[in-house]
Amino acid sequence: MTSIARTAPDSARQRSRASRLLRRLPWWIAALLLAGGCFLWIYPFLWTIGASLKTAPEIFSDGLDVIPKSPVWVNYGRAWNDAHFGEYLRNTVIVTVATVIIVVVRSAMAGYVLGRYRFRGRRVVLVVLVATLLVPTGYTIIPVVDIAQRLHLLNSLTGMVIALSGGAHVALTLLYMGYFRRIPTELFESAQLDGAGFLTTFFRIMLPLATPVTASATLLTFLNTWNAFFLPLVFTFSRPDLRTVSVGMLAFSGEYSTDWPGMAAGAAISLAPVIILFFVLQRYFVEGIAGAVKN
Amino acid sequence: MWVWLFLAPTVVLYGVFTVYPIVGSYWYSLLDWDGFTTTKTFVGLANYREVWHDPLFWQAFWHTLLFMLVTVPAQVILSLLAAILLNSPKMPLSRVFRTALFLPVATTTAIVGIVMQSIFDPANGPVNLFVQKLGFDGGINFLGSSHTSLWTAMAVYVWKWLGITLIYWLAALQTVPRDLYEAGSIDGAGPVQLFRHITVPLLKPFTIIITLLSLEASLHVFDLIQTMTGGGPFYSSEVLEIYIYRWAFGATVPRLGYASAAAVIFGLFVFVIGILQLLGVRAARRTGVGS
Repeated sequence: MTSIARTAPDSARQRSRASRLLRRLPWWIAALLLAGGCFLWIYPFLWTIGASLKTAPEIFSDGLDVIPKSPVWVNYGRAWNDAHFGEYLRNTVIVTVATVIIVVVRSAMAGYVLGRYRFRGRRVVLVVLVATLLVPTGYTIIPVVDIAQRLHLLNSLTGMVIALSGGAHVALTLLYMGYFRRIPTELFESAQLDGAGFLTTFFRIMLPLATPVTASATLLTFLNTWNAFFLPLVFTFSRPDLRTVSVGMLAFSGEYSTDWPGMAAGAAISLAPVIILFFVLQRYFVEGIAGAVKN
Repeated sequence: MWVWLFLAPTVVLYGVFTVYPIVGSYWYSLLDWDGFTTTKTFVGLANYREVWHDPLFWQAFWHTLLFMLVTVPAQVILSLLAAILLNSPKMPLSRVFRTALFLPVATTTAIVGIVMQSIFDPANGPVNLFVQKLGFDGGINFLGSSHTSLWTAMAVYVWKWLGITLIYWLAALQTVPRDLYEAGSIDGAGPVQLFRHITVPLLKPFTIIITLLSLEASLHVFDLIQTMTGGGPFYSSEVLEIYIYRWAFGATVPRLGYASAAAVIFGLFVFVIGILQLLGVRAARRTGVGS
Protein backbone atom coordinates (compact mmCIF):
# COMPACT_ATOMS: atom_id res chain seq x y z
CA MET A 1 0.00 0.00 0.00
CA THR A 2 2.82 2.39 0.83
CA SER A 3 4.49 1.74 -2.50
CA ILE A 4 1.33 2.78 -4.34
CA ALA A 5 1.12 5.96 -2.31
CA ARG A 6 4.74 6.78 -3.10
CA THR A 7 4.30 6.55 -6.86
CA ALA A 8 0.93 8.26 -6.90
CA PRO A 9 0.55 11.98 -7.73
CA ASP A 10 0.56 14.56 -4.94
CA SER A 11 -3.20 14.98 -4.64
CA ALA A 12 -3.66 11.26 -4.19
CA ARG A 13 -0.95 11.20 -1.54
CA GLN A 14 -2.70 13.96 0.37
CA ARG A 15 -5.99 12.14 0.09
CA SER A 16 -4.45 8.97 1.47
CA ARG A 17 -2.94 10.90 4.38
CA ALA A 18 -6.34 12.42 5.15
CA SER A 19 -7.97 9.01 5.00
CA ARG A 20 -5.28 7.56 7.24
CA LEU A 21 -5.99 10.25 9.81
CA LEU A 22 -9.65 9.44 9.48
CA ARG A 23 -8.97 5.75 10.01
CA ARG A 24 -6.89 6.58 13.06
CA LEU A 25 -9.63 8.77 14.48
CA PRO A 26 -11.52 5.99 16.30
CA TRP A 27 -8.29 5.07 18.06
CA TRP A 28 -7.75 8.61 19.24
CA ILE A 29 -11.32 8.74 20.53
CA ALA A 30 -10.75 5.45 22.32
CA ALA A 31 -7.51 6.84 23.73
CA LEU A 32 -9.37 9.88 25.01
CA LEU A 33 -11.97 7.69 26.71
CA LEU A 34 -9.25 5.56 28.25
CA ALA A 35 -7.42 8.66 29.41
CA GLY A 36 -10.58 9.76 31.20
CA GLY A 37 -10.85 6.34 32.85
CA CYS A 38 -7.20 6.35 33.83
CA PHE A 39 -7.62 9.76 35.40
CA LEU A 40 -10.32 8.28 37.66
CA TRP A 41 -7.91 5.45 38.47
CA ILE A 42 -5.07 7.66 39.65
CA TYR A 43 -7.13 10.56 41.02
CA PRO A 44 -7.42 9.13 44.57
CA PHE A 45 -3.63 8.94 44.76
CA LEU A 46 -3.16 12.46 43.43
CA TRP A 47 -5.82 13.68 45.87
CA THR A 48 -4.02 11.98 48.76
CA ILE A 49 -0.69 13.57 47.90
CA GLY A 50 -2.39 16.94 47.44
CA ALA A 51 -4.30 16.67 50.73
CA SER A 52 -1.14 15.68 52.60
CA LEU A 53 0.40 19.03 51.61
CA LYS A 54 -2.59 21.21 52.45
CA THR A 55 -3.94 22.70 55.66
CA ALA A 56 -7.25 21.29 56.91
CA PRO A 57 -9.27 24.43 56.00
CA GLU A 58 -7.82 24.35 52.50
CA ILE A 59 -9.00 20.74 51.98
CA PHE A 60 -12.46 21.56 53.21
CA SER A 61 -12.81 24.76 51.17
CA ASP A 62 -11.13 23.62 48.01
CA GLY A 63 -11.30 19.84 48.05
CA LEU A 64 -11.52 19.10 44.33
CA ASP A 65 -8.32 20.90 43.42
CA VAL A 66 -5.39 18.54 43.76
CA ILE A 67 -2.50 21.00 43.80
CA PRO A 68 -1.96 22.85 47.10
CA LYS A 69 -1.49 26.61 47.00
CA SER A 70 1.65 26.47 49.09
CA PRO A 71 2.80 23.03 50.28
CA VAL A 72 2.62 22.46 54.04
CA TRP A 73 5.14 19.85 55.14
CA VAL A 74 4.28 19.80 58.86
CA ASN A 75 1.56 17.19 58.19
CA TYR A 76 4.29 14.64 57.52
CA GLY A 77 6.04 15.48 60.77
CA ARG A 78 2.78 15.08 62.66
CA ALA A 79 1.98 11.75 61.02
CA TRP A 80 5.52 10.46 61.50
CA ASN A 81 5.92 11.42 65.17
CA ASP A 82 2.59 12.12 66.89
CA ALA A 83 0.59 9.52 64.97
CA HIS A 84 3.48 7.01 65.23
CA PHE A 85 3.73 6.28 61.50
CA GLY A 86 7.51 6.17 61.88
CA GLU A 87 7.10 3.33 64.36
CA TYR A 88 4.43 1.60 62.25
CA LEU A 89 6.66 1.80 59.20
CA ARG A 90 9.55 0.25 61.15
CA ASN A 91 7.28 -2.61 62.33
CA THR A 92 6.02 -3.19 58.82
CA VAL A 93 9.54 -3.28 57.38
CA ILE A 94 10.73 -5.76 60.04
CA VAL A 95 7.72 -8.03 59.61
CA THR A 96 7.82 -7.89 55.81
CA VAL A 97 11.55 -8.56 55.44
CA ALA A 98 11.50 -11.45 57.92
CA THR A 99 8.38 -13.01 56.40
CA VAL A 100 9.68 -12.72 52.84
CA ILE A 101 12.95 -14.44 53.77
CA ILE A 102 11.24 -17.28 55.65
CA VAL A 103 8.56 -17.84 53.02
CA VAL A 104 10.90 -17.76 50.02
CA VAL A 105 13.48 -20.05 51.62
CA ARG A 106 10.96 -22.58 52.89
CA SER A 107 9.05 -22.58 49.59
CA ALA A 108 12.27 -23.09 47.63
CA MET A 109 13.36 -25.96 49.89
CA ALA A 110 9.98 -27.66 49.80
CA GLY A 111 9.61 -27.10 46.06
CA TYR A 112 13.08 -28.55 45.49
CA VAL A 113 12.49 -31.86 47.23
CA LEU A 114 8.95 -32.18 45.90
CA GLY A 115 10.16 -31.54 42.36
CA ARG A 116 13.32 -33.68 42.41
CA TYR A 117 12.74 -36.62 44.68
CA ARG A 118 10.34 -39.52 44.88
CA PHE A 119 9.71 -40.48 48.48
CA ARG A 120 6.99 -41.97 50.63
CA GLY A 121 4.48 -39.37 51.69
CA ARG A 122 5.14 -37.09 48.72
CA ARG A 123 1.65 -37.56 47.34
CA VAL A 124 0.04 -36.85 50.70
CA VAL A 125 1.97 -33.60 51.08
CA LEU A 126 1.03 -32.54 47.56
CA VAL A 127 -2.65 -33.35 47.98
CA VAL A 128 -2.87 -31.40 51.23
CA LEU A 129 -1.08 -28.41 49.68
CA VAL A 130 -3.33 -28.26 46.64
CA ALA A 131 -6.50 -28.83 48.65
CA THR A 132 -5.78 -25.78 50.81
CA LEU A 133 -4.78 -23.52 47.92
CA LEU A 134 -7.82 -21.28 48.33
CA VAL A 135 -8.50 -21.08 52.05
CA PRO A 136 -9.53 -17.55 53.07
CA THR A 137 -8.10 -15.85 56.18
CA GLY A 138 -11.59 -15.12 57.47
CA TYR A 139 -12.12 -18.83 57.82
CA THR A 140 -8.95 -19.76 59.71
CA ILE A 141 -8.46 -16.66 61.86
CA ILE A 142 -10.07 -17.94 65.09
CA PRO A 143 -7.99 -21.15 65.40
CA VAL A 144 -4.89 -19.21 64.33
CA VAL A 145 -5.34 -16.70 67.17
CA ASP A 146 -6.14 -19.50 69.61
CA ILE A 147 -3.02 -21.47 68.81
CA ALA A 148 -0.87 -18.30 68.77
CA GLN A 149 -2.23 -17.53 72.23
CA ARG A 150 -1.32 -20.96 73.52
CA LEU A 151 2.18 -20.78 72.01
CA HIS A 152 2.60 -17.27 73.49
CA LEU A 153 3.05 -15.79 70.05
CA LEU A 154 0.22 -13.29 70.28
CA ASN A 155 1.17 -9.63 70.75
CA SER A 156 4.67 -9.93 69.38
CA LEU A 157 6.25 -9.18 66.01
CA THR A 158 7.93 -12.60 66.04
CA GLY A 159 4.52 -14.23 66.41
CA MET A 160 3.10 -12.15 63.59
CA VAL A 161 5.99 -13.17 61.32
CA ILE A 162 5.57 -16.85 62.18
CA ALA A 163 1.81 -16.79 61.60
CA LEU A 164 2.17 -14.87 58.34
CA SER A 165 4.84 -17.30 57.13
CA GLY A 166 2.57 -20.23 57.88
CA GLY A 167 -0.28 -18.83 55.83
CA ALA A 168 -1.25 -19.83 52.35
CA HIS A 169 1.82 -19.48 50.15
CA VAL A 170 1.19 -22.76 48.35
CA ALA A 171 1.43 -21.21 44.89
CA LEU A 172 5.11 -20.36 45.47
CA THR A 173 5.98 -23.92 46.51
CA LEU A 174 4.27 -25.21 43.36
CA LEU A 175 6.11 -22.61 41.27
CA TYR A 176 9.50 -23.77 42.58
CA MET A 177 8.48 -27.40 42.19
CA GLY A 178 7.66 -26.92 38.51
CA TYR A 179 10.90 -25.05 37.91
CA PHE A 180 13.21 -27.55 39.63
CA ARG A 181 11.52 -30.44 37.85
CA ARG A 182 12.41 -28.97 34.46
CA ILE A 183 16.13 -28.73 35.23
CA PRO A 184 17.90 -31.56 33.32
CA THR A 185 19.03 -34.53 35.42
CA GLU A 186 22.55 -34.41 33.92
CA LEU A 187 23.23 -31.33 36.00
CA PHE A 188 22.57 -33.26 39.19
CA GLU A 189 24.65 -36.19 38.06
CA SER A 190 27.65 -34.03 37.17
CA ALA A 191 27.33 -32.20 40.50
CA GLN A 192 27.39 -35.52 42.31
CA LEU A 193 30.41 -36.67 40.29
CA ASP A 194 32.20 -33.52 41.42
CA GLY A 195 31.51 -34.62 44.97
CA ALA A 196 28.90 -32.02 45.83
CA GLY A 197 26.64 -33.07 48.69
CA PHE A 198 22.94 -32.46 49.04
CA LEU A 199 23.30 -29.03 50.65
CA THR A 200 26.04 -27.82 48.29
CA THR A 201 24.04 -28.89 45.26
CA PHE A 202 21.00 -27.00 46.50
CA PHE A 203 22.59 -23.77 47.70
CA ARG A 204 25.47 -23.48 45.20
CA ILE A 205 23.89 -24.79 42.01
CA MET A 206 20.10 -25.12 42.15
CA LEU A 207 19.08 -22.01 44.06
CA PRO A 208 21.16 -19.66 41.84
CA LEU A 209 19.61 -21.36 38.79
CA ALA A 210 16.14 -20.54 40.09
CA THR A 211 16.79 -16.79 40.38
CA PRO A 212 13.87 -15.81 38.10
CA VAL A 213 11.45 -17.78 40.30
CA THR A 214 13.01 -16.30 43.42
CA ALA A 215 12.57 -12.81 42.00
CA SER A 216 8.85 -13.16 41.41
CA ALA A 217 8.34 -15.14 44.64
CA THR A 218 10.05 -12.37 46.61
CA LEU A 219 8.00 -9.70 44.92
CA LEU A 220 4.65 -11.45 45.43
CA THR A 221 5.38 -12.29 49.06
CA PHE A 222 6.54 -8.73 49.69
CA LEU A 223 3.32 -7.38 48.27
CA ASN A 224 1.12 -9.81 50.23
CA THR A 225 2.89 -9.17 53.52
CA TRP A 226 3.18 -5.40 53.22
CA ASN A 227 -0.51 -5.19 52.36
CA ALA A 228 -1.65 -7.73 54.98
CA PHE A 229 -4.31 -6.45 57.35
CA PHE A 230 -6.48 -9.11 58.99
CA LEU A 231 -3.72 -10.98 60.80
CA PRO A 232 -1.72 -7.91 61.93
CA LEU A 233 -5.00 -6.42 63.16
CA VAL A 234 -5.94 -9.27 65.48
CA PHE A 235 -2.32 -9.84 66.56
CA THR A 236 -1.90 -6.29 67.89
CA PHE A 237 -5.19 -5.63 69.70
CA SER A 238 -3.46 -5.13 73.04
CA ARG A 239 -0.11 -3.86 71.73
CA PRO A 240 -0.65 -0.58 69.79
CA ASP A 241 3.11 -0.10 69.56
CA LEU A 242 3.40 -3.18 67.35
CA ARG A 243 0.91 -2.07 64.71
CA THR A 244 1.84 -2.24 61.06
CA VAL A 245 0.98 0.67 58.75
CA SER A 246 -2.33 -0.77 57.58
CA VAL A 247 -3.55 -1.35 61.14
CA GLY A 248 -2.12 1.99 62.30
CA MET A 249 -4.02 3.74 59.56
CA LEU A 250 -7.33 2.31 60.82
CA ALA A 251 -6.50 3.31 64.40
CA PHE A 252 -5.55 6.81 63.26
CA SER A 253 -8.78 7.35 61.34
CA GLY A 254 -10.73 6.19 64.39
CA GLU A 255 -8.91 8.53 66.75
CA TYR A 256 -8.46 11.66 64.67
CA SER A 257 -11.24 11.41 62.14
CA THR A 258 -11.09 15.13 61.35
CA ASP A 259 -7.37 15.37 60.72
CA TRP A 260 -7.49 14.79 56.97
CA PRO A 261 -4.05 16.21 56.17
CA GLY A 262 -2.48 13.93 58.80
CA MET A 263 -4.44 10.97 57.46
CA ALA A 264 -3.31 11.73 53.91
CA ALA A 265 0.32 12.12 55.02
CA GLY A 266 0.10 8.80 56.87
CA ALA A 267 -1.35 7.13 53.77
CA ALA A 268 1.38 8.64 51.60
CA ILE A 269 4.11 7.39 53.97
CA SER A 270 2.56 3.91 54.05
CA LEU A 271 1.97 3.60 50.32
CA ALA A 272 5.22 5.17 49.10
CA PRO A 273 7.37 2.00 49.45
CA VAL A 274 5.02 -0.22 47.45
CA ILE A 275 4.37 2.41 44.81
CA ILE A 276 8.09 3.10 44.31
CA LEU A 277 8.76 -0.63 44.12
CA PHE A 278 5.94 -0.98 41.63
CA PHE A 279 7.37 1.63 39.29
CA VAL A 280 10.88 0.21 39.49
CA LEU A 281 9.87 -3.44 39.02
CA GLN A 282 6.70 -3.01 36.97
CA ARG A 283 7.76 -5.58 34.39
CA TYR A 284 8.18 -8.33 37.00
CA PHE A 285 4.82 -7.49 38.59
CA VAL A 286 3.10 -7.90 35.26
CA GLU A 287 4.96 -11.09 34.34
CA GLY A 288 4.39 -12.65 37.74
CA ILE A 289 0.64 -12.06 37.52
CA ALA A 290 0.34 -13.02 33.86
CA GLY A 291 1.99 -16.33 34.76
CA ALA A 292 -1.06 -17.28 36.84
CA VAL A 293 -3.20 -17.44 33.72
CA LYS A 294 -0.69 -18.89 31.31
CA ASN A 295 -0.14 -21.97 33.46
CA MET B 1 16.60 -37.82 55.46
CA TRP B 2 17.48 -34.54 53.73
CA VAL B 3 14.14 -34.63 52.00
CA TRP B 4 12.16 -34.39 55.24
CA LEU B 5 14.57 -31.86 56.70
CA PHE B 6 13.87 -29.62 53.70
CA LEU B 7 10.14 -30.17 54.03
CA ALA B 8 10.11 -29.62 57.78
CA PRO B 9 9.68 -25.81 57.84
CA THR B 10 6.79 -25.99 55.41
CA VAL B 11 5.14 -28.97 57.08
CA VAL B 12 5.41 -27.42 60.56
CA LEU B 13 4.43 -23.82 59.75
CA TYR B 14 1.76 -24.78 57.29
CA GLY B 15 0.46 -27.55 59.49
CA VAL B 16 0.11 -25.30 62.52
CA PHE B 17 -1.24 -22.17 60.83
CA THR B 18 -3.27 -23.51 57.93
CA VAL B 19 -4.09 -27.21 58.13
CA TYR B 20 -4.80 -27.33 61.87
CA PRO B 21 -7.08 -24.23 61.75
CA ILE B 22 -9.12 -25.74 58.93
CA VAL B 23 -9.69 -28.96 60.84
CA GLY B 24 -9.91 -27.18 64.20
CA SER B 25 -12.73 -24.91 63.06
CA TYR B 26 -15.06 -27.90 63.01
CA TRP B 27 -14.29 -28.75 66.62
CA TYR B 28 -14.51 -25.11 67.75
CA SER B 29 -17.88 -24.71 66.10
CA LEU B 30 -19.32 -27.26 68.53
CA LEU B 31 -18.27 -25.28 71.61
CA ASP B 32 -19.72 -22.53 73.73
CA TRP B 33 -16.66 -20.40 74.19
CA ASP B 34 -16.65 -16.70 75.02
CA GLY B 35 -13.05 -15.52 74.88
CA PHE B 36 -9.66 -17.02 74.11
CA THR B 37 -8.71 -17.42 77.76
CA THR B 38 -11.98 -18.81 79.11
CA THR B 39 -13.18 -22.38 79.33
CA LYS B 40 -14.92 -24.19 76.52
CA THR B 41 -18.15 -26.12 76.89
CA PHE B 42 -19.31 -28.67 74.38
CA VAL B 43 -22.77 -27.76 73.08
CA GLY B 44 -23.14 -29.95 70.00
CA LEU B 45 -24.84 -28.38 67.04
CA ALA B 46 -26.48 -25.54 69.02
CA ASN B 47 -24.29 -22.90 67.36
CA TYR B 48 -25.30 -24.09 63.91
CA ARG B 49 -28.96 -23.99 64.85
CA GLU B 50 -28.56 -20.42 66.04
CA VAL B 51 -26.56 -19.28 62.99
CA TRP B 52 -29.16 -20.90 60.77
CA HIS B 53 -31.92 -18.85 62.38
CA ASP B 54 -30.07 -15.53 62.42
CA PRO B 55 -31.45 -13.25 59.71
CA LEU B 56 -28.26 -11.16 59.85
CA PHE B 57 -26.24 -14.23 58.91
CA TRP B 58 -28.38 -14.78 55.84
CA GLN B 59 -28.18 -11.10 55.03
CA ALA B 60 -24.36 -11.28 55.19
CA PHE B 61 -24.49 -14.42 53.06
CA TRP B 62 -26.64 -12.63 50.50
CA HIS B 63 -24.30 -9.62 50.51
CA THR B 64 -21.33 -11.92 49.85
CA LEU B 65 -23.17 -13.53 46.96
CA LEU B 66 -24.43 -10.23 45.57
CA PHE B 67 -20.95 -8.74 45.84
CA MET B 68 -19.65 -11.61 43.73
CA LEU B 69 -22.48 -11.49 41.19
CA VAL B 70 -22.06 -7.75 40.59
CA THR B 71 -18.31 -7.20 40.76
CA VAL B 72 -17.12 -10.25 38.82
CA PRO B 73 -18.99 -9.54 35.55
CA ALA B 74 -18.24 -5.81 35.83
CA GLN B 75 -14.57 -6.42 36.43
CA VAL B 76 -14.16 -9.14 33.79
CA ILE B 77 -16.02 -7.27 31.02
CA LEU B 78 -14.59 -3.81 31.67
CA SER B 79 -11.06 -5.15 31.81
CA LEU B 80 -11.59 -7.14 28.61
CA LEU B 81 -12.66 -3.98 26.77
CA ALA B 82 -9.66 -2.11 28.10
CA ALA B 83 -7.34 -5.02 27.24
CA ILE B 84 -8.58 -5.19 23.64
CA LEU B 85 -7.87 -1.49 23.19
CA LEU B 86 -4.50 -1.67 24.92
CA ASN B 87 -3.45 -4.76 22.97
CA SER B 88 -3.81 -3.06 19.61
CA PRO B 89 -0.57 -1.76 18.13
CA LYS B 90 -2.52 1.24 16.86
CA MET B 91 -3.33 2.39 20.38
CA PRO B 92 -1.33 5.44 21.44
CA LEU B 93 0.14 5.64 24.96
CA SER B 94 -0.95 2.07 25.80
CA ARG B 95 1.88 1.51 28.30
CA VAL B 96 0.98 4.63 30.28
CA PHE B 97 -2.66 3.56 30.42
CA ARG B 98 -1.75 0.07 31.55
CA THR B 99 0.40 1.43 34.37
CA ALA B 100 -2.38 3.76 35.55
CA LEU B 101 -5.01 1.02 35.59
CA PHE B 102 -2.69 -1.38 37.39
CA LEU B 103 -1.48 1.04 40.07
CA PRO B 104 -4.28 0.41 42.65
CA VAL B 105 -3.55 -3.34 42.56
CA ALA B 106 -0.12 -2.82 44.12
CA THR B 107 -1.36 -0.64 46.97
CA THR B 108 -2.49 -1.66 50.47
CA THR B 109 -6.23 -2.34 50.50
CA ALA B 110 -6.72 -1.28 54.12
CA ILE B 111 -5.08 2.09 53.51
CA VAL B 112 -7.01 2.65 50.30
CA GLY B 113 -10.20 1.89 52.28
CA ILE B 114 -9.44 4.63 54.80
CA VAL B 115 -8.59 7.14 52.06
CA MET B 116 -11.88 6.26 50.36
CA GLN B 117 -13.76 7.26 53.52
CA SER B 118 -12.57 10.79 52.86
CA ILE B 119 -12.98 10.62 49.09
CA PHE B 120 -16.66 9.68 49.54
CA ASP B 121 -17.26 11.94 52.54
CA PRO B 122 -20.77 13.43 52.31
CA ALA B 123 -19.68 17.01 53.07
CA ASN B 124 -16.11 17.56 51.96
CA GLY B 125 -15.12 14.54 49.88
CA PRO B 126 -14.10 15.27 46.30
CA VAL B 127 -16.74 12.92 44.86
CA ASN B 128 -19.55 14.81 46.56
CA LEU B 129 -18.03 18.21 45.75
CA PHE B 130 -18.14 17.10 42.13
CA VAL B 131 -21.71 15.83 42.48
CA GLN B 132 -22.72 19.19 43.94
CA LYS B 133 -20.97 21.03 41.12
CA LEU B 134 -23.14 19.08 38.71
CA GLY B 135 -26.12 20.62 40.46
CA PHE B 136 -27.26 17.92 42.89
CA ASP B 137 -27.55 19.88 46.10
CA GLY B 138 -26.81 18.19 49.37
CA GLY B 139 -24.72 15.43 47.84
CA ILE B 140 -25.01 11.69 48.44
CA ASN B 141 -23.95 9.96 51.64
CA PHE B 142 -22.28 7.10 49.78
CA LEU B 143 -20.88 5.21 52.75
CA GLY B 144 -23.25 6.47 55.43
CA SER B 145 -26.52 5.42 53.86
CA SER B 146 -27.66 1.83 54.05
CA HIS B 147 -28.93 2.06 50.46
CA THR B 148 -25.58 2.92 48.91
CA SER B 149 -22.81 1.61 51.20
CA LEU B 150 -22.54 -1.88 49.72
CA TRP B 151 -22.71 -0.54 46.16
CA THR B 152 -20.02 2.02 46.85
CA ALA B 153 -17.82 -0.74 48.27
CA MET B 154 -18.43 -2.74 45.07
CA ALA B 155 -17.41 0.20 42.90
CA VAL B 156 -14.21 0.71 44.89
CA TYR B 157 -13.52 -3.03 44.69
CA VAL B 158 -13.76 -2.97 40.88
CA TRP B 159 -11.57 0.12 40.80
CA LYS B 160 -8.99 -1.55 43.04
CA TRP B 161 -8.70 -4.89 41.24
CA LEU B 162 -9.50 -4.13 37.58
CA GLY B 163 -5.78 -3.98 36.84
CA ILE B 164 -5.21 -7.60 37.77
CA THR B 165 -7.84 -8.97 35.35
CA LEU B 166 -6.53 -6.53 32.77
CA ILE B 167 -3.11 -8.18 32.99
CA TYR B 168 -4.75 -11.63 32.75
CA TRP B 169 -6.57 -10.59 29.58
CA LEU B 170 -3.48 -8.99 28.05
CA ALA B 171 -1.57 -12.23 28.65
CA ALA B 172 -4.43 -14.14 27.03
CA LEU B 173 -4.63 -11.82 24.02
CA GLN B 174 -0.89 -12.16 23.48
CA THR B 175 -1.42 -15.84 22.72
CA VAL B 176 -3.59 -15.02 19.67
CA PRO B 177 -1.22 -15.07 16.68
CA ARG B 178 -1.10 -11.72 14.92
CA ASP B 179 -1.01 -13.22 11.41
CA LEU B 180 -4.48 -14.67 12.01
CA TYR B 181 -5.80 -11.11 12.13
CA GLU B 182 -3.81 -10.15 9.05
CA ALA B 183 -5.13 -13.15 7.15
CA GLY B 184 -8.63 -12.23 8.29
CA SER B 185 -8.44 -8.64 7.16
CA ILE B 186 -7.00 -9.68 3.78
CA ASP B 187 -10.11 -11.82 3.41
CA GLY B 188 -12.11 -8.65 3.96
CA ALA B 189 -13.23 -9.08 7.56
CA GLY B 190 -13.95 -5.91 9.55
CA PRO B 191 -12.85 -5.38 13.15
CA VAL B 192 -16.16 -6.67 14.55
CA GLN B 193 -15.99 -9.85 12.47
CA LEU B 194 -12.33 -10.36 13.40
CA PHE B 195 -13.28 -10.09 17.05
CA ARG B 196 -16.22 -12.48 16.74
CA HIS B 197 -14.59 -15.16 14.65
CA ILE B 198 -10.97 -15.06 15.80
CA THR B 199 -10.64 -13.44 19.22
CA VAL B 200 -13.73 -14.85 20.95
CA PRO B 201 -13.19 -18.54 20.12
CA LEU B 202 -9.50 -18.40 20.99
CA LEU B 203 -10.13 -16.65 24.30
CA LYS B 204 -12.75 -19.13 25.49
CA PRO B 205 -10.53 -21.23 27.78
CA PHE B 206 -9.01 -18.07 29.26
CA THR B 207 -12.44 -16.61 29.88
CA ILE B 208 -13.31 -19.53 32.13
CA ILE B 209 -10.07 -19.32 34.10
CA ILE B 210 -10.16 -15.54 34.46
CA THR B 211 -13.79 -15.58 35.62
CA LEU B 212 -13.06 -18.25 38.20
CA LEU B 213 -9.97 -16.46 39.53
CA SER B 214 -12.12 -13.33 39.90
CA LEU B 215 -14.94 -15.24 41.61
CA GLU B 216 -12.49 -16.58 44.15
CA ALA B 217 -10.93 -13.16 44.78
CA SER B 218 -14.32 -11.47 45.27
CA LEU B 219 -14.88 -13.58 48.41
CA HIS B 220 -11.98 -11.88 50.19
CA VAL B 221 -13.15 -8.37 50.84
CA PHE B 222 -12.54 -8.10 54.58
CA ASP B 223 -9.79 -5.46 54.34
CA LEU B 224 -11.75 -3.16 52.06
CA ILE B 225 -15.12 -3.34 53.81
CA GLN B 226 -13.78 -3.30 57.36
CA THR B 227 -11.84 -0.09 56.67
CA MET B 228 -14.46 1.63 54.49
CA THR B 229 -17.70 0.93 56.34
CA GLY B 230 -16.98 -1.65 59.05
CA GLY B 231 -19.99 -3.52 57.64
CA GLY B 232 -22.36 -0.66 58.39
CA PRO B 233 -24.46 1.34 58.60
CA PHE B 234 -26.84 -1.08 60.33
CA TYR B 235 -25.09 -4.16 58.84
CA SER B 236 -26.03 -2.95 55.34
CA SER B 237 -22.60 -3.77 53.91
CA GLU B 238 -21.79 -6.72 56.14
CA VAL B 239 -20.33 -9.69 54.26
CA LEU B 240 -19.59 -13.08 55.83
CA GLU B 241 -15.98 -12.32 56.75
CA ILE B 242 -17.13 -9.20 58.62
CA TYR B 243 -19.92 -11.19 60.31
CA ILE B 244 -17.39 -13.74 61.58
CA TYR B 245 -15.04 -10.99 62.73
CA ARG B 246 -17.82 -9.15 64.53
CA TRP B 247 -18.78 -12.18 66.63
CA ALA B 248 -15.20 -13.25 67.30
CA PHE B 249 -13.41 -9.95 67.87
CA GLY B 250 -15.81 -7.03 67.54
CA ALA B 251 -18.36 -7.93 70.22
CA THR B 252 -17.86 -6.99 73.89
CA VAL B 253 -18.39 -10.63 74.83
CA PRO B 254 -16.86 -12.59 71.97
CA ARG B 255 -18.58 -15.81 70.94
CA LEU B 256 -15.84 -17.80 69.31
CA GLY B 257 -17.75 -21.07 68.94
CA TYR B 258 -20.64 -19.28 67.28
CA ALA B 259 -18.28 -17.40 64.96
CA SER B 260 -16.56 -20.69 64.12
CA ALA B 261 -19.87 -22.22 63.10
CA ALA B 262 -20.44 -19.30 60.73
CA ALA B 263 -16.85 -19.72 59.50
CA VAL B 264 -17.40 -23.41 58.77
CA ILE B 265 -20.46 -22.60 56.67
CA PHE B 266 -18.46 -19.91 54.88
CA GLY B 267 -15.66 -22.45 54.36
CA LEU B 268 -18.10 -24.92 52.78
CA PHE B 269 -19.35 -22.16 50.48
CA VAL B 270 -15.77 -21.38 49.40
CA PHE B 271 -15.22 -25.11 48.93
CA VAL B 272 -18.19 -25.30 46.54
CA ILE B 273 -16.75 -22.40 44.56
CA GLY B 274 -13.42 -24.24 44.54
CA ILE B 275 -15.02 -27.39 43.13
CA LEU B 276 -16.64 -25.23 40.48
CA GLN B 277 -13.19 -23.88 39.71
CA LEU B 278 -11.74 -27.36 39.33
CA LEU B 279 -14.55 -28.39 36.97
CA GLY B 280 -14.13 -25.12 35.08
CA VAL B 281 -10.41 -25.62 34.58
CA ARG B 282 -11.09 -29.16 33.37
CA ALA B 283 -13.62 -27.83 30.87
CA ALA B 284 -11.13 -25.16 29.80
CA ARG B 285 -8.49 -27.82 29.19
CA ARG B 286 -10.91 -29.79 27.06
CA THR B 287 -11.80 -26.84 24.83
CA GLY B 288 -8.20 -25.72 25.34
CA VAL B 289 -6.36 -24.15 22.46
CA GLY B 290 -3.57 -22.18 24.07
CA SER B 291 -3.05 -23.74 27.46
